Amino acid sequence: MAGNIVGILFDGLAYGSLLFLVGVGLSITMGLMNFINLAHGSFAMIGGYASVYLANRAGIPFLATLPLAFVAAGLCGIIAERLFFQRLYKAPHLDQMLFTVGFVFSSIAAAHYFFGASQQFVAMPDMLQGQVRFMGVDFGKYRLLLIAFVAAVTLALHLMLSKTRFGAEIRAAVDNQDAAAGLGINVNLVFALCFALGTGLAGLGGALGVEVLGLDPTFPLKYMVYFLLVVVVGGAGSIKGPLIAALLLGVFDVAGKYFVPEIGAFIIYVMMIVLLIAFPSGLGGKRA
Amino acid sequence: MIKRRYFLGAALAATALTAGLPAFAAGDTVKVGVVLSLSGPFSIYGTQMQNGIDLFMKQHGDEVAGKKIELIVKDDGGIAPDRARRAVQDLLVRDHVDVLAGFTFTASAMASAPLAEKTKTAMIVMNASSSHITEANPYMIRVGQTLPQITEPAGRYAAEQGYKNVYTLVADITAGHDAETAFIRGMTTNGGTVSGSLRVPAQNPDFAPFIQRIKDAKPDAVFVWLPPGEATINFIKEFDQRGLKEAGITMLGTGDLTDELTIRQTGDAGLGVVTTGHYSMAHDSDLNREFVEAYLADYPDDPWPNFLSVSAYDGMAALYYALEKTGGDASGPAIVEALKGATIESPRGPITIDPENRDIVQTIYVRKVEAVDGQLSNVEFFEFPESRDMTP
Repeated sequence: MAGNIVGILFDGLAYGSLLFLVGVGLSITMGLMNFINLAHGSFAMIGGYASVYLANRAGIPFLATLPLAFVAAGLCGIIAERLFFQRLYKAPHLDQMLFTVGFVFSSIAAAHYFFGASQQFVAMPDMLQGQVRFMGVDFGKYRLLLIAFVAAVTLALHLMLSKTRFGAEIRAAVDNQDAAAGLGINVNLVFALCFALGTGLAGLGGALGVEVLGLDPTFPLKYMVYFLLVVVVGGAGSIKGPLIAALLLGVFDVAGKYFVPEIGAFIIYVMMIVLLIAFPSGLGGKRA
Repeated sequence: MIKRRYFLGAALAATALTAGLPAFAAGDTVKVGVVLSLSGPFSIYGTQMQNGIDLFMKQHGDEVAGKKIELIVKDDGGIAPDRARRAVQDLLVRDHVDVLAGFTFTASAMASAPLAEKTKTAMIVMNASSSHITEANPYMIRVGQTLPQITEPAGRYAAEQGYKNVYTLVADITAGHDAETAFIRGMTTNGGTVSGSLRVPAQNPDFAPFIQRIKDAKPDAVFVWLPPGEATINFIKEFDQRGLKEAGITMLGTGDLTDELTIRQTGDAGLGVVTTGHYSMAHDSDLNREFVEAYLADYPDDPWPNFLSVSAYDGMAALYYALEKTGGDASGPAIVEALKGATIESPRGPITIDPENRDIVQTIYVRKVEAVDGQLSNVEFFEFPESRDMTP
């Protein structure tokens, strides 16, 4: 029984890690930049397709495709930001929402056109397959990788936001654009890079998600609720909040499905309601 | 104003007349209205069916009993009964088709049934797989399969294997419930029992907890039915990753769990999965080898003819058979009469149309995924001849 619980905890943390990886980029674009970016999943999908394409067609090892997926999604993000999204920074939230939803549908159509409707799969190296046994409990190797990635991404983001000049510029630009510009910060550039970072992280999450979530053109719509869940429960604009939220949601989801499979699928929503009642502005959110 | 309205009316009448004209002139043509899901998330289904239809016509020509067969294909874009119904209405009213065929999903077939009944048009259902749908319309003939028809033998097989502890896991949707019921019926009527049943959400990003639960219960086998595609692929992969195979748990399912396209995507994770189904690309018969070879030659981009392509191929075979028999009379009652009790040799083996309910009777094979010449295939090793849908 103890083994079961450790196993469930581990699976939950891994699933939460995946939720965090696909959602954290949204915390940056939607939270930090205060831009209602429902198109987040489109960039996750770009990362997914980039990884699949590079691994299966170009023969690049899966792990090596991950940074490339980050770059590909980030590049698409920066292009989309310059072309479309930057025009909407000052627009009402409803306009931002409508536009980004439209963007989602366009990206679904585009993915359908280029890659077809079928499910994509990615060739996994042997070292990421199966489970390792440790003290009588089986740990999935791929899930270990997900947890490792979360640790690395969280640390990198934390260091970047709190310790680097770019991080300081982001925080300044987000808090007060005019003052930041007055101080000689290129707000335009900071926002573009910020968007690239958010969408790049989406791409990384998407690429890591292919193995667990699958990938087809409807990906951005299908998982939209999960991206939003993490950011809303976690509190937009922080890194710590979504991390705790994702891990909590992941553990409760997995435990619910394991122990009470009849209602297991609803646990994640029950958790969302409970957490939002307890923390209306999210676990790590700034008090409005 | 009156004048303009009169003019408009005349123009409309003229268009209606000209639109209707070819129908009057087409005494030597049998028009077949085909409704398939050619776009949207299930476009691959429609394409495979279209390929089967085209291949049959290429092999057997477009003339039967002195009539030229003309296809008019419409897309219903997936599980969209309203669009299917509109397509059928167009086909019947504007194109004056003599026969309807296709129907990828039950919802499309059911929505179209009342229209076809009104015009007494034969409806050859090539894939829609719920039980009893032929009761919706006396002119409906099914040539594909029904889900309980292919599921129940899985239960019979499990009972015959002497499995004592069997789990079922199905998607919490109607088709999943049907599969669960049919599997349990197959087991219990043959002396077996099911020890646990899980119903899981159809849209489920992570099957790990359910699979872990099954692993901890240590059953002999688990029967799975999930919507084909993402869910089945993820499930098979996670089942393998979690080492249930090594733990000696057999995965049972229906043919759609490991159809030719899916096993390519799951790779070696699919090895050893046992399914019951009516068609395998590896079916051992000359007719099937010819079929597969011709299919691969014509559609190199779709290198996996599966049950959908075969059912559509057989749908055309049934139509040609019926027209031969009626001497070209394509009216609904004539076609239905001709097909009642008809037996046709298909690439999947013999198929018969039940004269009572116009539903399909066929051999259901038990297959196991094995690597043959470096390629995964569903190798048939046992059969249940003349299986029908036993849903009460």
